[in-house]
Amino acid sequence: MSFKNILAPIASIVGVTLIGIVIFLGVYSWPAVKFNGFSFVVKNDWNLGNLYANPVMHRGHLIMPGAQYGILFLIVATLLSTLIAVVLAVPLGVGSAIFLSDGVPAVLRPWLSFFVELLAAVPSVVYGLWGYAAVIPLLSHTVFPWMAKHLAFIPFFAGDTGSGYGLLTSGFVLTLMIVPLITSTMRDALISQPRGLREAALALGATRFETMWSVILPSTRRVLIASSILATGRALGETMAVLMVGGGALNYLPNNIYAPITTMAAFIVSQLDSALEDPTGMAVRSLAEVALVLCVISVIVNGAARLMLYFSGYQRLGGGGWA
Amino acid sequence: MGVSAIDVRAAINQPSIFRLVQRKIFNSAGWGLCGLTFLLLGSAMVWILKMVFVRGAGALNLKVLTHIQIGVAGGLLNAIEGTLVLGVGGLILSVPPGIAAGIYLSEYDGGWLAPVLRFMSDVLVGVPSIVVGYFGYVTMVATLGWGFSVAAGSIALAMISLPYITRTSEVAFRQVPRTLREAGFGLGCKPGTVIMRICLPMATPAILTGVLLALAISVGETAPLIYTAGWSSFLWTGHLTKEPMGYLTYAIWAMITEPQRSAHQLAYAAAFLVTLFVLVISVIARVVTFRRSGWGQHA
Repeated sequence: MSFKNILAPIASIVGVTLIGIVIFLGVYSWPAVKFNGFSFVVKNDWNLGNLYANPVMHRGHLIMPGAQYGILFLIVATLLSTLIAVVLAVPLGVGSAIFLSDGVPAVLRPWLSFFVELLAAVPSVVYGLWGYAAVIPLLSHTVFPWMAKHLAFIPFFAGDTGSGYGLLTSGFVLTLMIVPLITSTMRDALISQPRGLREAALALGATRFETMWSVILPSTRRVLIASSILATGRALGETMAVLMVGGGALNYLPNNIYAPITTMAAFIVSQLDSALEDPTGMAVRSLAEVALVLCVISVIVNGAARLMLYFSGYQRLGGGGWA
Repeated sequence: MGVSAIDVRAAINQPSIFRLVQRKIFNSAGWGLCGLTFLLLGSAMVWILKMVFVRGAGALNLKVLTHIQIGVAGGLLNAIEGTLVLGVGGLILSVPPGIAAGIYLSEYDGGWLAPVLRFMSDVLVGVPSIVVGYFGYVTMVATLGWGFSVAAGSIALAMISLPYITRTSEVAFRQVPRTLREAGFGLGCKPGTVIMRICLPMATPAILTGVLLALAISVGETAPLIYTAGWSSFLWTGHLTKEPMGYLTYAIWAMITEPQRSAHQLAYAAAFLVTLFVLVISVIARVVTFRRSGWGQHA
């Protein structure tokens, strides 16, 4: 038996892990998938039913009376908080990448880059703690009331600013968590552009920023798109930070940008205890369906981004090893 | 009246002052905005570090490090122990297959399996950690009946760190010069000997860096552990299954939402320990990487 044939099965564990996650979640949640049908993703009603009654048969499934599961509010909140994070993170990431690649002396560059990339090393729950203990008091007392007063002309910016827990706070925290990914990938891509491009533009009399903005940056377009998609994937699945600053809304669509939310990932953490109260197990299986939906979304998003990066010929992904 | 060649030349040689000023402003404003974004990120980093280290240092004392938790007071010894046990357990499970996958991706890149595995590994990085945690819950904790346990928590962490170790091992093996392999084959070595006796020792420092980073990620994770390792205020008695385990990240989350001041102190102390550990590992890994590839080059 050759070394290659001994190695291949051990190496395949990484692939088996991914397939195993999808298959086992799929098998476990299959009764829930059949029971909930398509209304799972379009209805806005997560209701465990009457937990003190006896289970009843409903369309061939044993459930608690009145139980139904619809997670539209989770999907909306997940997408909106991710959207806010990506919209804020892309300009921040590109701006800081430009600054780090061309705006600082080469001696300082690794250190300043490392400092920003440390943002990716801070654990999710520490972001949650920071948001909970430091950011929310500031936002709820000062920033949000100011925004509601002075930015009220923007849709969804007016209205009750609530307690500080909510969509915009989650968006801010998520922004910081995904920015390093964009910064490090973009900075590497900007640096690795051919020197000749830069020299040609400068020789034509372009200023240094014009060179960067009109010549170098456009040639990294695909890396920017791919790294933004990767960042999107990370924001979609972020759990602890959103759990701690999201505010924990149930069956409730946000009516303005300050409204409390729960994302799919945070919902799984916060609801398992109550789902276990359901003796028929349908609630736990429906939570598994939430996990399955989240898993499939992130596989698609990440797969698309990776393929894009492979085909743009850009191999060293995500900079300092944190991506 | 037509435009003569002289007019055109004059226009090229002497662009309008207005246009010059406009370009100057664009240049300065561009750099200014880019510098501002960097400053914004940097100050957020400083803010987080300041909060964690100032409040954490105030909450840290010998009792926190040497006593187990009692209700909302006491110490964090049980959580510190749990974090180390789960982190090391995850590494023991993920390092061998991770390095094997790294070797395969680097050395046998020709066939169909390597690209597929690389793609799946990259996608696995993006699978949310809570999905891995819930997977662990439905399979190991519920179906296999292990209960909240060290085994389930370690396996969940191993699944998280596996793709990172795969990636860094692949890069480490690719950095070994081709001529070394050729020399080995030229002396009549078999592929297994070349890889294990020539390439592996060369790649070990880089692989260790990757393992350290994976440990940092494991120590910082919460979501995959909540429903696999559970939570316990007691020290570990050595059982792999049916015995829940405490860990620092859970203490941060659970204690900060309690009303008591003693609970908050524990949360900040735990945050201090976790963040310090993760940052120290990141700095070590970065310095090691610089040493190897030259300062400044590895920007």
